[in-house]
Amino acid sequence: MKRNNLTGAVISLPAISIYSLFVIYPLISAFRYSFTKWDGIGAKTFVGLGNYTQIFQSPELVASIRNSLSLIVFFSVFPIFFGLLLANFIVRIRKQRIRSITQVILFFPQILPLAASGIAWSWMYAKNGLVNQFLKAIGLEKLAQPWLAGFSTALPAVGIIGAWVLTGFCSVLLATGISKIDSSLYEAARIDGANWWTEFRNVTIPGLRQEISVLITVTTIAALSSFDIIYVTTLGGPGSSTLVPGISIYRLAFTQSAVGLASAFGIVLMLIVLLIIVPIQFYSRKGE
Amino acid sequence: MITTFSEKLIGRTLLIVATLFTILPILSMFSASLEPADSTPLGLSFPTNPQWGNYKTAFSGGHVLELMKSSIFIVLLVVPTTLLFSTLAGYAIGKMKIRGHSALFFFFLLGLTIPFESLIVPLYYQVDRLGLLNSQLAIVFPLIALFMPFSVFWMRAHFLRIPSEISEAAKVDGASEFQEFRRIHMPLAIPSISALAVIIFIWTWNQFILGVVLIDDPLKRTVAGALTFFQGQYWISIPLISASALIIIMPSLILFLIFQRKFISALLQGAIKA
Repeated sequence: MKRNNLTGAVISLPAISIYSLFVIYPLISAFRYSFTKWDGIGAKTFVGLGNYTQIFQSPELVASIRNSLSLIVFFSVFPIFFGLLLANFIVRIRKQRIRSITQVILFFPQILPLAASGIAWSWMYAKNGLVNQFLKAIGLEKLAQPWLAGFSTALPAVGIIGAWVLTGFCSVLLATGISKIDSSLYEAARIDGANWWTEFRNVTIPGLRQEISVLITVTTIAALSSFDIIYVTTLGGPGSSTLVPGISIYRLAFTQSAVGLASAFGIVLMLIVLLIIVPIQFYSRKGE
Repeated sequence: MITTFSEKLIGRTLLIVATLFTILPILSMFSASLEPADSTPLGLSFPTNPQWGNYKTAFSGGHVLELMKSSIFIVLLVVPTTLLFSTLAGYAIGKMKIRGHSALFFFFLLGLTIPFESLIVPLYYQVDRLGLLNSQLAIVFPLIALFMPFSVFWMRAHFLRIPSEISEAAKVDGASEFQEFRRIHMPLAIPSISALAVIIFIWTWNQFILGVVLIDDPLKRTVAGALTFFQGQYWISIPLISASALIIIMPSLILFLIFQRKFISALLQGAIKA
């Protein structure tokens, strides 16, 4: 047993070392920097919790947090809602070939780099892009506008990109979940005269509890760390209307030389993720 | 499952709308990419005079060959190393259950929900001190490390599922720990490892933020990180940006179409386990 422990420790060592050096160590550095004022070059001055209070007093950084929380509606709520709806119909496709083609198409945005999706959608939203072309075609020319440039339209527009990326993923995952639900439950529901809505509410949703909690976790993390999409579409603008923590951290550290503040914001972002994820995980585990 | 006619109709319509919605952005990009490079195209139009030459311009002007080489170099370092390290650690934690395996597991779990954004600032200064800034190694080491929690988690889950009777049988036959690992556990782990390989490949290939922060020269990043390079270079020409972006997504698209089932099941399992 003793030799076994030694072998085990030796073979775990590569994983432990690289993870300690490039995740744990920078995490500790982030904490250390977060208590200082530092421009990245000169000496660090200890400021205690100063950076943290500054985050919550800066309208721009508060907006950044608020925006990323709003994005949860687009990245989590829409995809899971439409995913459920679509999954429900995917599993009813009888022809195996059509079913798998549908799933492949719906799933495909998931394998694209988010930056590429961002570029594709910047073009969709452009002045001559497809969205405006469509509006003109159906006689709503008045609504046509450069969507990513408007103060009130930019955030929802960016959110829809997230919904586009994640809806297919959610529907395919949920469809797999539905096909695992005991089919006798559905038969019983039909015998009781349930229509598809009651069946959906009383059989499908409860059967998908675990899948749904997984999806809430994954999509929420995606919403809070939406750096890629925003970086290629709006860079946080116009104004700070689409600013998210990732972009704020990047700008603070690398263009405004406020490294301490940027690190503190990174810690705050991590805590927000934990604050949302831990209760979901706890709740879904408790049910098991 | 009994389906009435109206349900069928609603279902079909919804699925058709959803698939169209999924394809349209790519289709629109494709149609734009075939318009003359100096024109302002319309969202979706039938290219009467398709300019396939745009792809040639984008390919050479965008240094795509150089980019692909850089991406492949990064993938070849990140993916095998991640698989090797996580398989070994997963084996020690999940199968050998060495002393302190729960603590070790918890240690890796800590890193599972850290957003990359939270670490880029300290990583930048650390990589700079190591003299790696602006080289591909600047993202190779952090990527392997950042993939460790998930990968160890994944491989541990695999080894936990293997019934202990199998190793006991091997022990009775007088196999050493190493022989047992090589002859019995490695072959059994191939499906889990190859699914993990698919996930790590996609995550590396599509990696954006680390490249943008740690490597100034877009041509040394992974292809996804290089997309900003095209935006900078062709920002006036929508046809050329579209052509470049399509060239960039082509390799993963082709791989996805060939291995669609493996991709989908790997990424779904990935989500469930994370």
